[in-house]
Amino acid sequence: FPGLTDVSISEDIPVEGEITVPVGSHSPDEDFSTLDEPVRETIMRDLKAVGKKFVHVMYPKKSSALLRDWDLWGPLVLCVSLALMLQGGSADSRDDGGPQFAEVFVIIWFGAVVITLNSKLLGGTISFFQSLCVLGYCVLPLTVAMLVCRLVLLAGSGTISFIIRLIVVIAMFGWSTLASTAFLADSQPPNRKALVVYPIFLFYFVISWMILTFTPQ
Amino acid sequence: QSGGSAVIDMENMDDTSGSSFEDMGEMHQRMKEEEEEEVEGDAGAAEEEDGEFLGMKGLRGQLGRQVADQMWQVGKRQASRAFSLYANIDILRPYFDVEPIQVRARLLESMIPVKMVNFPQKIAGELYGPLMLVFTLVAILLHGMKTSDTIIREGTLMGTAIGTCFGYWLGVSSFIYFLAYLCNAQITMVQMLSLLGYGLFGHCITLFVTYNIHFHSLFYIFWLGVGGLSTLRMVAVLVSRTVGHTQRLILCGTLAALHMLFLLYLHFAYHKVVEGILDTLEGPNILPFQRVARDIPVVSNAVLNTTAKAIALTL
Repeated sequence: FPGLTDVSISEDIPVEGEITVPVGSHSPDEDFSTLDEPVRETIMRDLKAVGKKFVHVMYPKKSSALLRDWDLWGPLVLCVSLALMLQGGSADSRDDGGPQFAEVFVIIWFGAVVITLNSKLLGGTISFFQSLCVLGYCVLPLTVAMLVCRLVLLAGSGTISFIIRLIVVIAMFGWSTLASTAFLADSQPPNRKALVVYPIFLFYFVISWMILTFTPQ
Repeated sequence: QSGGSAVIDMENMDDTSGSSFEDMGEMHQRMKEEEEEEVEGDAGAAEEEDGEFLGMKGLRGQLGRQVADQMWQVGKRQASRAFSLYANIDILRPYFDVEPIQVRARLLESMIPVKMVNFPQKIAGELYGPLMLVFTLVAILLHGMKTSDTIIREGTLMGTAIGTCFGYWLGVSSFIYFLAYLCNAQITMVQMLSLLGYGLFGHCITLFVTYNIHFHSLFYIFWLGVGGLSTLRMVAVLVSRTVGHTQRLILCGTLAALHMLFLLYLHFAYHKVVEGILDTLEGPNILPFQRVARDIPVVSNAVLNTTAKAIALTL
């Protein structure tokens, strides 16, 4: 078989694909090559992605980074930290704080699912998990507000502290709503933006109310 | 070969199809039993058609596996088809096809009773407005429950509010729809849900106002005025779609009673603490009451104190 002695590929036959050289950053070959890297690098890459999204939330520009590479790590971390900080505020000392943790979790995730379904039913072009991702990340300002409230409550719980907490929570609530609107409203038909914004407003209002009425034991 | 999935199916299939996951000893045993069965007769061996049909016992295991594989594929296809049929949210899409202008118009219309009851009134079968109103009611109830210190265990706060509001909306809608079916009224389930949902707009307004301003007489005025208006509208629409006096009476009486009583319940069930406090006030010597269980912000304390003083002075 004389033809088989030469196994090199002739130049005029195009060889497509990324089998030999991983040129694209999202090629399926990437998984193969990231298997050998140290665990620290993998974790740092994910952490950096989450951190970048946090920055996007705090300074909401019209970028699509939050939508393109969605992940639910950030929302999980925010949800857990918010739920942990909201514990211990029950009036009954016999209460072990368990239901509060579950309550916050259920509110956030159930609320996010309902808003996503609503925006999809209204004709939105965004996918389910992208919307969950955006709504979860936009809880960040409210988590910051919770932190500030707890610190203020350490100093005392008089009228001044209430006014400070009220102002902080209102500001962060506005920030959250604006940030999520900036990301989500673009995917809706232009005349229905108000219909999508209202449930988001309600959602963050409920969370802000939980934060504002929190008092430690 | 779908070895992983076939394991699940193989265990559920009857033993006669032959398992390829038995160890060799067992297989030999089976093959011996097969030989004996063959000798006895094939009458009851219809299920072992794989081996018997081909007459090659060595291939029975493989054919069994293929059959299992096929059954798995068919089952999976059926399940995914059923899932895409029932879990498809596109079924609900037509009910959410609204514009903000329409929603606003319908909200305002829900407070205006129609005058023409001889002509069936049109009801828009839309679910966005009612759903948002139910959630708004939930939010208002939470607000009210927290300020009136009703529930101590927070875990049930959200559950109670959601359960109450959704239970009312879905339950009473279904009940009235059932009554409408008995009374021969022309209304569909979606229309009933929509009608009752928009009727909750009056409730939202009333509760929002009276949770912040705790005048008892104010609540009664709102109850009769705002609640009454939205009830009248629902009743008028239903009357226009029903024929016969008795039927109209049954249907509209039930709806009116349930709607008004619900508002009464929402106000008083979550209001008992403030009521109790107002009862203990005597004359102008009012002690500013201390909240023991939950720390209500001092600002709303001041508001409550001034309203309590005002009521005591008017009594």
